[in-house]
Amino acid sequence: MSRSHRIAGGQIDRTSTIRFSFDGLPYTGHPGDTLASALLANGVRLMGRSFKYHRPRGPLSAGSEEPNALVQLRTGARQEPNSRATVAELFDGLTATSQNAWPSLRLDAMALNDRLSTFFAAGFYYKTFMWPAAFWEKVYEPMIRRAAGLGRLTREEDPDSYDKGFLHCDLLVIGAGPAGLMAALTAGRAGARVILADEDFRMGGRLNSERFEIGGQPGADWAAGAVAELAQLPTVRLMSRTTVIGAFDHGIYGAVERVSDHLPEPPPGKPRQTLWRIYSRRAILAGGATERPIAFENNDRPGIMLAGSLRAYANRWAVAAGDRVAIFTNNEDGLRTATDLHAKGVDVVAVIDARADGPLLPGIRHLRGAEVIDTRGRLGLTSITIRQANGRTETLRASALGVSGGWNPNVNISSHHRARPVWDEAILSFVPGKAGPPGLSAAGAAAGRLSTHGALASGQTEALAALADLGRASRAQPLPEAEDAPVSITPKWYVAGGKGRAWIDPQNDVTVKDVKLAHQENFTSVEHLKRYTTLGMATDQGKTGNVLGLAIMAGLTGRTIPETGTTIYRPPYTPVAMGTLAGRSRGKEFKPTRLTPSHAWAEEQGAVFVEVGQWLRTQWIPRPGETHWRESVDREVLATRRSVGICDVTTLGKIDIQGTDAGAFLDRVYANTFSTLPVGKCRYGLMLREDGIVFDDGTTARLGEHEYVMTTTTANAVAVFRHLEFCRQVLWPGMDVQLISTTEAWAQFSVAGPNARRLLERIVDQDISDAAFPYLAAGNITVGGLRARLFRISFSGELAYEIAVPARYGDALIRRLVEEGRTFDAVVYGTEALGVMRVEKGHVAGNELNGQSTALNMGLGKMVSRKKDSIGMVLSGREGMMDPGGYRLVGVKPVAPDGKLTAGSHFLDIGAAAVMENDGGWLTSKVYSPHLGSDIALGYLKAGDRRIGERMRAVNLLAGTDTEVEIVSPHFFDPEGERLRG
Amino acid sequence: MADRLNALTSLGHSDPVTREIGPYRIVERFDIALASIACRRGRDKDFSKAAKGMVPLPDPAGSTQGAPYSSFWVAPDMWFVEAPFATNEDIAEELKRLFGDSASVTEQTDGWARFDLFAPDLAPLLERLCNVDFPHVEDGFASRTLVEHIGCYLIRRRQGEVTLYGPRSSAKSLLHAIETAAASVL
Repeated sequence: MSRSHRIAGGQIDRTSTIRFSFDGLPYTGHPGDTLASALLANGVRLMGRSFKYHRPRGPLSAGSEEPNALVQLRTGARQEPNSRATVAELFDGLTATSQNAWPSLRLDAMALNDRLSTFFAAGFYYKTFMWPAAFWEKVYEPMIRRAAGLGRLTREEDPDSYDKGFLHCDLLVIGAGPAGLMAALTAGRAGARVILADEDFRMGGRLNSERFEIGGQPGADWAAGAVAELAQLPTVRLMSRTTVIGAFDHGIYGAVERVSDHLPEPPPGKPRQTLWRIYSRRAILAGGATERPIAFENNDRPGIMLAGSLRAYANRWAVAAGDRVAIFTNNEDGLRTATDLHAKGVDVVAVIDARADGPLLPGIRHLRGAEVIDTRGRLGLTSITIRQANGRTETLRASALGVSGGWNPNVNISSHHRARPVWDEAILSFVPGKAGPPGLSAAGAAAGRLSTHGALASGQTEALAALADLGRASRAQPLPEAEDAPVSITPKWYVAGGKGRAWIDPQNDVTVKDVKLAHQENFTSVEHLKRYTTLGMATDQGKTGNVLGLAIMAGLTGRTIPETGTTIYRPPYTPVAMGTLAGRSRGKEFKPTRLTPSHAWAEEQGAVFVEVGQWLRTQWIPRPGETHWRESVDREVLATRRSVGICDVTTLGKIDIQGTDAGAFLDRVYANTFSTLPVGKCRYGLMLREDGIVFDDGTTARLGEHEYVMTTTTANAVAVFRHLEFCRQVLWPGMDVQLISTTEAWAQFSVAGPNARRLLERIVDQDISDAAFPYLAAGNITVGGLRARLFRISFSGELAYEIAVPARYGDALIRRLVEEGRTFDAVVYGTEALGVMRVEKGHVAGNELNGQSTALNMGLGKMVSRKKDSIGMVLSGREGMMDPGGYRLVGVKPVAPDGKLTAGSHFLDIGAAAVMENDGGWLTSKVYSPHLGSDIALGYLKAGDRRIGERMRAVNLLAGTDTEVEIVSPHFFDPEGERLRG
Repeated sequence: MADRLNALTSLGHSDPVTREIGPYRIVERFDIALASIACRRGRDKDFSKAAKGMVPLPDPAGSTQGAPYSSFWVAPDMWFVEAPFATNEDIAEELKRLFGDSASVTEQTDGWARFDLFAPDLAPLLERLCNVDFPHVEDGFASRTLVEHIGCYLIRRRQGEVTLYGPRSSAKSLLHAIETAAASVL
């Protein structure tokens, strides 16, 4: 292990020691460390390998913009690839491993790619894997995919949970540096509801990394004082470890709070992360700025980092990233690093300043008009070669090099609504444009105000403006004293003249040569440049490299940088785990369930349930000895037809429709007429869409002069209710109609079969003889004095009723029906038996209500009344929909009784080839009918109503079936309807 | 006449449950009768006259407590009326008699599961459950909202007390969501 690189000072807790490992080797750090700072303190600079060339890499930055120091954090199911060591908070027992290297980080076989770099220039894939064409899918793509990516997933299920939540505030302040803190103080002191969110675990932003003073005290201390004051303000919420990832519509911001990432594992019940949706009336982007490098030959070695980051490691984390440090800068800020390191006793071997003029730093070798032209060091920087203003070159021994090419305001979130940032020549950077998200303004370095005073002042100004917008009067307060140095920068994007590679985007191994090649091949648009070279892609989204690449392309094309433009910024600002987006919606918690009133009883019987939307419905109930579902379903069907069966139909949508215009309203939404329905009767109804296609069907009963209850299919319960509300509120607001869903309120059971009446007579208090309660009667009854409803309707073709009681009594009712039904050998049947019986009876259901079929297709054309206007009536009469040769619902049975049918089979004439031109239609629903002793089906057949009795083939090429069938009436069972009227 | 049927709570028990998670107390309520009333078109005066002194008609996003009837606003010209189940089980019939043909009345008692939440500060729990700005709204606030994809009504009785009505069939899922969020806050 190398010697410690700790120096004095810093914001780490040296009284406590944290043990962690990297690539299996043990190290120690302190609370307050990141993984990167702790590794640097232990003398570890090599932390990763680059994506394409497998070049050795160390951290470039000290923050979330990091492109290089990507590691796998933790092990087992919690292992997370591509984690930035620069923001990974150290905790005791942390395990990190390097990625994208084999067999080891120091000796990576894939580094051979670096030797072959000539062949791996931009567009390599596009040019190389062109032929033979058949190889692309089977050979090239799998091979490239295997080589792609950095870290690896374990494929184990994530053991952690993730929360979602909602927050509301007057002002969201994004970033807790000097501008953000001052904005939050200004708004918080005025009583506004403020949320201050910062991605760091310690608020203060750059103040934690600088030696600036504010108001006569160290900037970090001022920040800590500001945070302490904010914590006392009742309307302010402080959210550290929280990254605002995007601006969405209507003042909504997404934010990820890393609740437990700084712990070995989340405490019981606690989430790992929470995705907050923040509703903010105003927002201030105070996200600071990101330093950018200068491109020069071999500028990617471990030990070469951004000058501001080198300074941050020294000032905040008390780490000297090297024992001999050099600085390469084109601006004044770079000099601060030299000064700070020098003050901390670090050997600053030289400052290579691209600017020709200006005062020299005292006590430090400060070379004006100079540049770095090359570096050396296989696994870490050992020396740099510089060219002085007079042209003389010199090699200096150095283990760390800080590079500063200027600072890019973090404009990302201000551009999330496609607002283009604008170029600020004074700081040679883009600043937020004016067409950003409404209600969002920028302050501090994010707005291009790069001095501490500028940050404090703009933070206060923007907060006052937001308060004024919100109608809160507040005055500017005197600002604490702070440095206000002007920006002194000279354009220096890359060092020209070298033959080697100079990196722009180290994560994607994009070099100056790649940009030149893109230009040479006419990929000069920024969008083309990005996709041709991969500049700005992957986890860092080009935070350090984008502007550099644009500037170089601008130079090549002779355009200005603003003319060259930028690519579009999109959320998220930093990578977000998929689990965070999913929240609790996974596994059995993917969606809520809806349980029927008979669910508990059915569970006791060992019922098999099926998901129908959110409902869990009984599919069938096996009895001892039954080994196949068909045995159960056949038994349930036969028992129902023989005596009586009971089925929970609570899931059908029920909509209460009242008002003096309720009947007229139903006439308009149904294709058939309901205003003439007598009180105490029900009727089957067909509902069309505007385009004449069938939307839904069901039975509607008239319970009073102005009171109806509509039944919908289970699947369309919500859609029909929404449709009716639209009709009521938007189409016909003048009608006196009130709607409300009562689906949940009533437990409803179908009682069907020859003994249905006899069974119900034991349950209900009223006379329900055929004379008293005839077919299609409906009304209020009582069950043991309890209010209830009875409908005489049938979906099975049997004598059948639906009985409803308030849902709390549903469990008792199913138990009583079963108990009383023992006399009749009653059976409780599920959705499978229900399906069999409806196909036997020729009733349409979901498979036939497929969103493409008309009433005429279903054989229900006569239900569309032409005597009144209704939704879909006119368009259902279009020529193409009235085609006599169009699809018609038919019944299908195999010619051979043991012939097999498969749903989805297509009708073909006997002897016809199985091609589209010969397609006659398809089988929509297939069941085995125990009553008929064979497979039967419903289907749509062209001119089917004229082909009854013909023989055809039902062909399913996917299932490999080809069955000779007879086209029959869809009414397989009791076509005259004698049983249901019995 | 047949025997009367026994009732079960929305969670499938004979008696309502109470859960305690840290500072949070979740109380299932099974003793409330519920009905919707909607003013029929053009009958505002008759509707208001019938309601006067009997059924409060709070403004949008509001609720009002009363005896025996309390109510909360659910949609334009529509309210849900609450009353003790023991004395007002047939609440819909009562309200039909009261309002006559000036209102459309529908029984809603068993359409909903009700959970009352108690804690000194409910905001950390509710901000994980729904998009209601709980600390900001006043006592009596009532709103439709979503809890883990479940459509609910939320009523702020006071700072430390909230009523959540969710669909009866999803009672178990709703309680699970509340319990999970409560554990997450601790």
